[in-house]
This record gives sequence, C-alpha cells and structure tokens, in this order.
Amino acid sequence: MKYLGESFMQLLGRAPTKPEKEDITPAAQKIHFYKRSQKLDMDEVRRLHDEKPNKNKWLKRRWATLLFVNLLFVVSYYFDIQLLEGALTASRFLGFHMADLNSALQVMLAFKTVLINLLIGTVTVFILWFLVGGRSFCSWVCPYHLLSEWAEKIHLWLAKKKLVKDIPFHRAIRTVFYVIFALLAFATGYTVFEAISPTGIVSRAIIYGPSLALLWVLFLLLFEIFVSRRAWCRYICPIGITYGVVGILSPMRVTYVLEDCKHEGDCRKVCLVPHVLDVTIKGRSSDTRVPIGADCTRCGMCVDVCPTNSLRYEFSWLEKLK
Amino acid sequence: MTDDKSKEKPARKPRILDRKTQEARRRFLRSLGLAAGMVTASMVGFIPVVRGYNPRLRPPGALAEDEFLASCIKCGQCVQVCPVEAIFLADIMDGFGNGTPHIDARAQACDFSCDGLQCVLACPTGSLTHDTNYPHQVRIGFAELARPDLCLAMQGKGFKGRIRAQEPGFKGLFRYVEIDRWNPLPITEQEFDREICDLCIVHCPIEIRRNQCEAGEPPAGDVNQCPPTRAIGLEPDPGGGMRPVIYEGCVGCGACEMACPVTPAAIVVDMTKNADTVTA
Repeated sequence: MKYLGESFMQLLGRAPTKPEKEDITPAAQKIHFYKRSQKLDMDEVRRLHDEKPNKNKWLKRRWATLLFVNLLFVVSYYFDIQLLEGALTASRFLGFHMADLNSALQVMLAFKTVLINLLIGTVTVFILWFLVGGRSFCSWVCPYHLLSEWAEKIHLWLAKKKLVKDIPFHRAIRTVFYVIFALLAFATGYTVFEAISPTGIVSRAIIYGPSLALLWVLFLLLFEIFVSRRAWCRYICPIGITYGVVGILSPMRVTYVLEDCKHEGDCRKVCLVPHVLDVTIKGRSSDTRVPIGADCTRCGMCVDVCPTNSLRYEFSWLEKLK
Repeated sequence: MTDDKSKEKPARKPRILDRKTQEARRRFLRSLGLAAGMVTASMVGFIPVVRGYNPRLRPPGALAEDEFLASCIKCGQCVQVCPVEAIFLADIMDGFGNGTPHIDARAQACDFSCDGLQCVLACPTGSLTHDTNYPHQVRIGFAELARPDLCLAMQGKGFKGRIRAQEPGFKGLFRYVEIDRWNPLPITEQEFDREICDLCIVHCPIEIRRNQCEAGEPPAGDVNQCPPTRAIGLEPDPGGGMRPVIYEGCVGCGACEMACPVTPAAIVVDMTKNADTVTA
C-alpha cells in the first residue's frame, strides 16, 4: 500500500521520499550496510558500460514499434485496407473500436453523454494499456514523444556546449493542468485540450497531411530545445497522467534489483521522469527488488544504459509463476 | 529603549534565504507562469469559435454546432470512409474546431453515393448522430438561390457541354447511377444538353431518389430510402425565366452548388440554416 501511495503521489508531482528505516526489509538493509563500505570505482563502471552489448536494444525496438503503429494508420488509409482506421485519438483496429483514454475523457466531460461505441473503445484501450504498462503509450506510441526525444538530443548537445541551460518547473504543475483542462472541457463544452494536443495534431498530420497546427508543435519543440528539457511531457501533458493512473497496478513494468547496482546514477541522467529512479540512489531502496513507479513510461532507456542489469523489464504475473 | 531596538534589528533584516529555498521559490513562480501562459494559449481557440470566423458545412448527421464541437474526437474516420472524399479536417485557425471534419460543397459535395451514410456509421462518438439512417433525414444546410441573376434558368437559357470543365483544379465526383452504379465519376467528363438549365435538379440526390422510387426502383431495394418530400424544382418566374425553387426536403448536401455551371455558383448552401436552426 505504501508503495502504491508513493507511486501515485510521484505521478501527481510530489518529490520522492526517503524510506524510513523500519520500512526497509532486513535483506535490503543488509545490502545497504555492506555497500556503505564500498567506494564507487568509476573505472570499473566505465569498463562495465563498455562491455555491455546492445546498448540501444530497447531504443531500437521502441522506435520501430512507434513508427510501425503510426505508419499502420497511414498504410491502412492509403491502401484502403481497413486495418487501422482513424487517428490516435480514436480508431478502429480490424473493426474493433479503440479510443484514446484522455481524448475520450475530454469528450465525455465536454459532451456529457457517453455513446456505447466510445465506451467500448475506452474499455478496450484501458485493458490493453493496463496490460502493457500504462504510460508505455507515451514512449512506445505517441508520435510527439519521438519528436521530443530528438529535440532532447539537441537540447543536451547545446547544454554540453553551455549554450542552453535546462530550466525546470515544479512537476505538480502537470496535475494542475490536468484539473484545469478537465474543468475547461466540462465548463465550456469544448474539448479545449484536444485542440492544442501535439499528440493528436502530429498523428493527424501523419495520416491526413501537414497542417498549420504543426507550427504550434514546432513552438513546443523549440521551447524544449532552448528553455526546458522535455517540458511538454514532464510538466504539461495530461495524457501522461491518464495513462499513468492506468499503469499503477500494471503487471508490465521496469523492476529495480538492488544487489549489483553500482549507484553511479547513469539511469537517472537518461530518464524522462528521473524521480521514479530515485530508488536507485544509495540507501534509498526499501527492498531487494522494487518495481519502478507509475510515472515510468517503460521506455527502457535505463534498461539500455544500466551496466549491471539492475534495471530490467518484468511482467509481474509471469514472475509469480517462476 | 536602545537595548530593545538592537534586539529587534536582526528580526527586521530581510530574511536571507538559502539557495535551495530561493530556487524552489523561483521554480514555483515559473510554474505559475507556465500555467498562465499555456491556459491563455489554449483559450485563444475560443476566438474563432465564438466569432464564427469559419462557418463550416459539417458531414451528414452532424449534431448542432456546439454539441458537435463538444463530442467530436477528431479522429477523421469519417474522412477515411467517404467514397467521394468530400470531408476534410479543419486546421488550427478553427480554434477548438481544430481537427473537426467539414465539407466544401463547391469543391466536392456529399452526393450520398455511399447510400448507407458511411461517415455516420464510422463516427465513434455520435457527433454524426446514429439517429440518421437515410439521406433525407440529414440537414447539413439549406440550398439557396443566392445569385439569381447568374442563374441560366432564370435567364431562360439552356446548357450544352461539360460542367466547369475549364475550371482549374476542379475534380468533383458524382455518382451517375445510370452510367455506373458503384463508382462516382468526374463531373467534368459528362456531356450535357439541356434546353433549360436544370443541372441543379438533375444532380440533386433527393430528387434522384424520388425519381427512382416513382419508377418502382428504390435505392438498394429499400422503400425506406424514399424521400417523403421534394427538395428542388423549376418553377416559372414572374421575370420570364425558370426559377430553381428549394423545397422543404432539401438536406443541404450541396450537390447543386457543385454542379452549378456558372462561376460563382448561382445556387449555394446556406450554412445558417442547418441542424441548429431548422429541424429536418
């Protein structure tokens, strides 16, 4: 219960808390105690990094999946094969209704009526994303995420040259936006967020051709390059919270294994939501195995970068079978 | 007294905050600024909607405009199923209407060549209401003889040749049932020879259906497809020519506007008379 509460509060924007000593299992305490006497050997860490094979294994798989899903819409429409019709906001996969949970929520709030087709689509997608990890929608499907990743690379390159400096915001502002956009939809009767959502705009542009709305997306990307790293996903986008909530109890997640971790912190440097990896800081893990929290997008960047395999994908239902 | 003052002094001094607290404060204020900026940016979308900058013909079965904008999930499934590709998605200049479907009747009207109202069936949210089953139940708008002086029939003139064939970029499609039951054909490829121009009536999907029903061959063999009231017909005008008169059965599909051979079109769809203002 304590884990779920912490996971949910982190999703809403609270800073991660250090576990009390009595909340740490004896096995984990033992490892913490042993590691306190160990010094970080950077040469060894560097060697482990160099020796690690397939450094971009999950990145490649993820980008391929993201491009595949988005291009499936295009191919389906272009060749009129009715495989995946519509756009990311709502679609039909082989005739089955699918509705993006956040778009559906905005429509329900604005329209105040729920049609059976929309309900079917929403429930289908809810179950699907519950099974595959909630925010995995963000990193494995959302086309804006990919653009944003490229913008992030430029940002980091410029930051290295000391030409830009990341200006952080308070993460709780995303929760404030969530409430604001929900209230706006309900009060005005317009799906206000949908009009500015880069996910919908980019998805439609890929399928139906370029639009002026892409200028808004470009503005967001420039903001992320020159002002604040990954600002939209980190501080604004309500879609992330919606899918984050879906993923709180999801069996699909990244799990942290304390034992071999060197605590050098490379995972936190590549992470979109580094607060979920605070558990990897020396002495912070409450158990020998800890699932990463709901805000995690299951992108696998940490899995790719971890030299000791201390972060790994897990499907918890399968783990129980072992 | 003096002792008291010296005691108070340190308290009056402005508190020197440590860097962490200072940074936290700045971050909080910045975040408020971000919220204010983003909400303002999102509310700009109100302007085109409230001002009605871009009046739009919505696809068949569309709810009243406010309800339509509330319920449309902006997926474009209606765009994908339309056989004549009449539907386009609005851009960001439409504000909250960004991504919502609309029809430009002059370029490509809905000619109901799918018969089954595919766009309505495709709509996942009921923005195109599933209460609509047949073309004659639709109310996209209402045709109007906006420029009677340009109308050939009003001048007592006929029409010979191809419609809008010289117009660059016009690729309008129409299903001529007697030529091809299944595939809509380019309008510009058809030869016409009318003694009095009645192309608006010839292309009216409602009139075509009524004629089929009168001939005992209702569309798809379904008598429910038969429109109960007429949509358009020529009547003698006091001015001497013939006037295209629009009747109650008009659904505002815009086929007449697309097929009107003069430029600009003499007959257009009046967007103010739609599902909002006139009950079908």
